Amino acid sequence: MNEARIIEQLHRLLPSQCVLSSDEELRPYECDGLSAYRNLPLAVVIPETLDQLQDTLRLCTANNVPVVARGAGTGLSGGALPVSNGVLLSMARFKRMLDIDIQNRTARVQPGVTNLSISKAAAPHGLYYAPDPSSQLACSIGGNVAENAGGVHCLKYGLTVHNIMQLEVLGIDGEHMTIGSQALDSPGYDLLALMTGSEGMLGVITEVTVKLLPTPEDAQVILAAFDSVEAAGAAVTAVIASGIIPAGLELLDNPAIQAVEKFVQTGYPADAAAILLCEVDGSTADVEAQVTRVNAVFRDAGATAIKVSQNDVERQRFWAGRKAAFPAMGRLSPDYYCMDGTIPRKHLAQVLNGIADLSAEYGLPICNVFHAGDGNLHPLILYDANTPGELERTEELGGRILELCVAVGGTITGEHGVGLEKINQMCVQFNSDELTQFHAVKNAFDPQGLLNPGKAIPTLHRCAEFGAMHVHHGKLPHPELERF
Amino acid sequence: MSTTVDAYQEILAQATKTATPVVIRGGGSKSFYGRPVDGQPLDVSAHAGIIDYSPPELVVTARAGTLLSDLEAALAAENQMLAFEPPHFGPAATLGGAIACGLSGPRRPFSGAARDFVLGITCLNGRGELLRFGGQVMKNVAGYDLSRTLTGSLGTLALMLEISLKVLPRAEQQLTLCRQASGAEATGLFNLWAGRPLPLSAACHSDGRLYLRLSGFEQGVTAAAAALGGDILEDDETFWQGLREQTLPFFAGDTPLWRISVPPASAPLSLAGDTLTDWGGAQRWVRTDQPAGVVREATVAAGGHATRFRDSNRDDVFHPLSNRMLVLQQRLKASFDPAGILNPGRMYNGL
Repeated sequence: MNEARIIEQLHRLLPSQCVLSSDEELRPYECDGLSAYRNLPLAVVIPETLDQLQDTLRLCTANNVPVVARGAGTGLSGGALPVSNGVLLSMARFKRMLDIDIQNRTARVQPGVTNLSISKAAAPHGLYYAPDPSSQLACSIGGNVAENAGGVHCLKYGLTVHNIMQLEVLGIDGEHMTIGSQALDSPGYDLLALMTGSEGMLGVITEVTVKLLPTPEDAQVILAAFDSVEAAGAAVTAVIASGIIPAGLELLDNPAIQAVEKFVQTGYPADAAAILLCEVDGSTADVEAQVTRVNAVFRDAGATAIKVSQNDVERQRFWAGRKAAFPAMGRLSPDYYCMDGTIPRKHLAQVLNGIADLSAEYGLPICNVFHAGDGNLHPLILYDANTPGELERTEELGGRILELCVAVGGTITGEHGVGLEKINQMCVQFNSDELTQFHAVKNAFDPQGLLNPGKAIPTLHRCAEFGAMHVHHGKLPHPELERF
Repeated sequence: MSTTVDAYQEILAQATKTATPVVIRGGGSKSFYGRPVDGQPLDVSAHAGIIDYSPPELVVTARAGTLLSDLEAALAAENQMLAFEPPHFGPAATLGGAIACGLSGPRRPFSGAARDFVLGITCLNGRGELLRFGGQVMKNVAGYDLSRTLTGSLGTLALMLEISLKVLPRAEQQLTLCRQASGAEATGLFNLWAGRPLPLSAACHSDGRLYLRLSGFEQGVTAAAAALGGDILEDDETFWQGLREQTLPFFAGDTPLWRISVPPASAPLSLAGDTLTDWGGAQRWVRTDQPAGVVREATVAAGGHATRFRDSNRDDVFHPLSNRMLVLQQRLKASFDPAGILNPGRMYNGL
């Protein structure tokens, strides 16, 4: 069927407010949170009911039309970037909170519900939903599941995969499946883990049951300054070696501190090479014990200044700087590019020095603000997209940072997903047998390859081309493949 | 990797060529679990040893044949632990067997299940191809999460070679409170307490008594114990070990043992026979001679699923899947093991 006929069929199938097909209507959907990549879909479908969603999927399956599902569009890896010959499926109208089960401590919600609103709805019962990606005010739970979203509290409370119980899913053929259960496990293979972080490649999520946790009685933040990034890195290791799992443990380097201080006055020591923000939570008695210990660890690790929040207002102020880091970069530079590699923490200093060298090599400044506790780096490359060639150099620099992460035994993405952005680096992290296995898994769910095609898992052909491009940087990733 | 791995690769590639089933065996401590499999035995217990362990990273990587007891001893020496408390069911238990079975002990509802601690797995698929998924870091969303998918797959998808796990510090203080309670009272209390910020690490009810374990910093545990009240159980480690390893008197004898997984606040199931409740209500062990249909009907009514855990009947072990789900799982299996040679039928007929 030709494209005009598909659009016509969609209009016939669904109410007029559910199908967008003119250029000006499509424009707002041309990108997600990674605005460097833009593309217009064939049509945008915004179903209001399960039946409409099912009808859309059946029409697309019957006519071999790709489907890209989109939540709130806050993703940072181009996972919801439309494909030109496909439908962009917005789940924005599935935004009902279906049920909060206080006794079993779960919430059953539609996928368009925002992350933060779940915690808000659970708060009167003394419960909350733990994963807290920085976009939690806007990002949807469906998108969180698709990306296996993290946040600042992952080290202690886990990622999305650790905090969900059950998914209702439609296959690309429109058929319904329940994955996981309302109990703590379910029979057969763990498809709940497989679906989480699958970037919309295996099915369309129509309902999520999340686990709720009791809100900690107390939480405090210890802010410590260090005169070298190495010393701050060693302090991170020392805290964990002391037997404490902090609720959050974040590092800001000097360029990041400077940027933040210009934006909001948080009282971070402006001359520090790095600061750590360590949040501990638990019962009041537990928090007191942990604060005392972290204080001692930081002192022994050579902290040049230590402040402990005395109340919740002060705790929020300590966090305000960390939370303002990204907008602060926006003030410093016309554009910034946020990376997401994760490394074994023992290589922190080595990798940060490597990043500084790359920054000098490319002449592009980099600030580091990241989840130090779990080794999840977020180098922010500052650039100006209006300078010809600068975006391309930025992407190349970003790619080299990710390759550095892989070289020390880390990964190219800790929580933002591969999407389209890091698809070439997948060729560095995985060999052709592994990529072939991923494609085979995809094929088990979606034999026609219609769900979010071209994302997350590169074709071997693409890797061969990428390898050829990068051969001068070192080892050829796929020597067994023919070069094109 | 090594000559052992080369040999495994050769065996699997050959088995795929000739469509000969292979029965993977570690220590054999959990060979009672699941459906029986006929085929060429492949003993992988020799592929053993801890490869990398740096305590402040909270990550350990070991070969699948490593004895669980060796691994846990190495962690204990650094005051760390496997927080999912995997049952051993015998001294020969291996890490690979624990992850393949995906079973978790009493701490599970409060710390997470085996799959929650798996960070990465190196394995061979049915064709004998060496594959590495996940890694040694806490956060990793590159590619599908196949290492967690392999957890609990009973060796039907791949032969595991190396496993990286997140480990946690052992609690400084542990204390167990107990008191008289009916099953219904106990589940009510467990779920009330689990909704409060208390340092819980296990909650079990058996034979008219509830047992609540608290773990954490000394101050927090002491304060919680004072607030909750009850008797302090002496030598509580023996009780929790007995529960984890199924050596408590409840588990003795030949009456079929069912593992029933339900939403934690579910009312007691109306089944004949004795029940031991673990996981704060979410896991009910039931000794009953009632037919599988009756057990499963009562379980489904409560929103859960039932496993015939130990029984002379080993056919109908795991809760039946819907037809669509079975077909999907068969397709997933075929993606790893196209000739169907890896432990075929251990989980379900046709998987």
